[in-house]
Amino acid sequence: MSIEIKSPLPGVFYRKPSPESAPFKNDGDAVAADDVIGLVEVMKSFHEVKAGVAGKNIRFSVDDADAIMAGQVIAEVEA
Amino acid sequence: MTLRSVLIANRGEIAVRIIRAAKALGLRTVLAHSIADKESLAAQLADETVEIGPPAAKKSYLNIEAVVNAAKSAKVDAVHPGYGFLAENAEFAEAVTAAGIVFVGPSAEAIRLLGDKVMARQVAALAGVPTVPGSDGRVTDLDAAITIANSIGYPVMIKAAAGGGGRGIRIVGDAEEFARQFPQASSEAAAAFGDGGLYIEKVIERARHVEVQILGDGHDVVHCYERECSLQRRRQKVWEEAPAVGLPDDVRQRLCASAVALGRAVGYSGAGTVEYLYDDATSAFYFIEVNTRIQVEHPVTEMITGIDLVQEMLTIAGGARLSVAQDDIRIQGHAIECRINAEDPHKGFMPAPGTIERLVVPDGEGIRFDTLLFEGYAVPPFYDSLLGKLIVRGADRADCLARLRTALDGLVITGIPTTIPLHAALARDASVADGRTHTRFLEPWLETDFAQLARAREDA
Repeated sequence: MSIEIKSPLPGVFYRKPSPESAPFKNDGDAVAADDVIGLVEVMKSFHEVKAGVAGKNIRFSVDDADAIMAGQVIAEVEA
Repeated sequence: MTLRSVLIANRGEIAVRIIRAAKALGLRTVLAHSIADKESLAAQLADETVEIGPPAAKKSYLNIEAVVNAAKSAKVDAVHPGYGFLAENAEFAEAVTAAGIVFVGPSAEAIRLLGDKVMARQVAALAGVPTVPGSDGRVTDLDAAITIANSIGYPVMIKAAAGGGGRGIRIVGDAEEFARQFPQASSEAAAAFGDGGLYIEKVIERARHVEVQILGDGHDVVHCYERECSLQRRRQKVWEEAPAVGLPDDVRQRLCASAVALGRAVGYSGAGTVEYLYDDATSAFYFIEVNTRIQVEHPVTEMITGIDLVQEMLTIAGGARLSVAQDDIRIQGHAIECRINAEDPHKGFMPAPGTIERLVVPDGEGIRFDTLLFEGYAVPPFYDSLLGKLIVRGADRADCLARLRTALDGLVITGIPTTIPLHAALARDASVADGRTHTRFLEPWLETDFAQLARAREDA
C-alpha cells in the first residue's frame, strides 16, 4: 500500500538543504517518520518537511524548486 | 529630458506606490511582473503589464535580462527598481543604462561604491562621518583579525563586506569564539554573496537605529531629516518613526549634515538613506551603511516633510533639479509606520499566505495605508510577507500614538493572520510611549510582555 506525504505549507519545495548539497532523499530510499525529506520556502523563510510516516521506496512527485500548494502530495512511500 | 513612461521592476505595495506617483506626474506606467502577480493590485493599476517569468524571484524579478527586455519591448524612458530585488544591483543599473533607458536611482558606480560595506565606510570616514570602531577595511588574515578584535574589545561583529539588510552578521563574545567563527563567516559569505570579504566592528550594546533621508540631483544634496527604526525583529524593521525619539537638536543638525556631506562626496543622485547607530548614553552616532534606493519606511518622512520622495526620484531621473531647497524642508509633527505582515505573532511569526476575506482601511486626517491588498486577493507564498504599511501623523508623538491606536483598531484584515495585534500592543506599551526603546528591545519584549498579553487574552 502506498501512503501519500503532503506539504503542510504552500511555497517553493526544495529537495536539497542547499543548492550544492545532495538531496535529503532520493527516489527509492527508505524513510523514517522523523526524516526530513525537503524544505518549503514560504515568504522567504524555510521550513522543514518531515516524512511523517515510515516506509520504503519513496517516490517524489515534485521536482526541486517546484511551486507547491498546501496539502499537495509531494511524495509517496510504500508502507 | 522629461520622462514620459516608466517600467516598474518590482511588486507588492511599492509597485503600487510607484505607479501612483508616476501617474500623478502624467507618466505611462508599465509593470513587469511574474506569473504569480498577474492578478495583483499593481497589475490592475498599471497602464500596461509585461510578464517576465515564473513565480520564483530568481527567474523573474531577479532576472536582469528578462527585466531589461521587458523595458525595451515596452519602449519606456525609465526603469524604477523599487526596493529589494534588483534595486541595489549595479550590474542591473548598468544593463538598463546600456539599453538607452534611464535608471531611476544613482549611477551604477555609486551603487557599487556604496554597496560595498568596506568601501562605503572609507568614503564615510573621508567625508568626516563618524564610523563604528572597527577594522580599517577588509580583513583576511585570522591572526590580524584577532589582534583587531582584541583592541576593539568584545563583543564584536563579524560582517560580510557584501552583506546587508541584516544578513551576513555574527556577534562574538570572546577571542576563542572569534577564532572559531571567523573562518566559518568567510566561507558562508563566499557562498551567500559570492564574496568572502569580512570586516570587524564594535557592538554598541544599547543603540537606536537612526537613518537620514537624502535627496540628490547630481549637483546638490539635501536631507529630509531622520527616521528611527529601533523596533526590529531578527534585524528586520517592524515599526518606524520620524523624527527620531529624543534626539537633541544639535545632534540632529550634525547627524543630518554628515549624511549630506557623504552624499556630496559621491555626487549622489536620487533618493538615498544613510544609516547610523545612535548611542543614547553618549549622544554619539556612528555610520553603518548607505542604501541607494527608496526605503520601505519612506512614508514617515513624507508625512512630516510633505515631500513626495517617489515623485522626486522620477523628476530627478528625468533631469530636473531638486524641487526643494534645504531651508524649505521642515519637520511638521510626528509620524509612525507599522509594517503589517502576513505572519502570526502568536505562533512565532509563522508566515501565512492565503486569501483576504475582508479589508477595512481606517480613514481620517493623517492616516495613510500603503498596501497591495484588496478583498478576494490571494497573497502568494513566493515573496516577502509585507501586506501593507499603516502610517499615521500627529501634531506631536503623543498625539501620533493616540491616533495610531485608533487607526489600528479600525484596520481590519481577515482571512489570514497578520501582525496587527503586535502593533496594537506596542502602541499601548509604556516603554514605547516613553521612547525607552533600542534595537534589542523588541525580541525580549515579545518573550515577556507580548506573551503575557497573549496568555491574558486566551484566559479571558
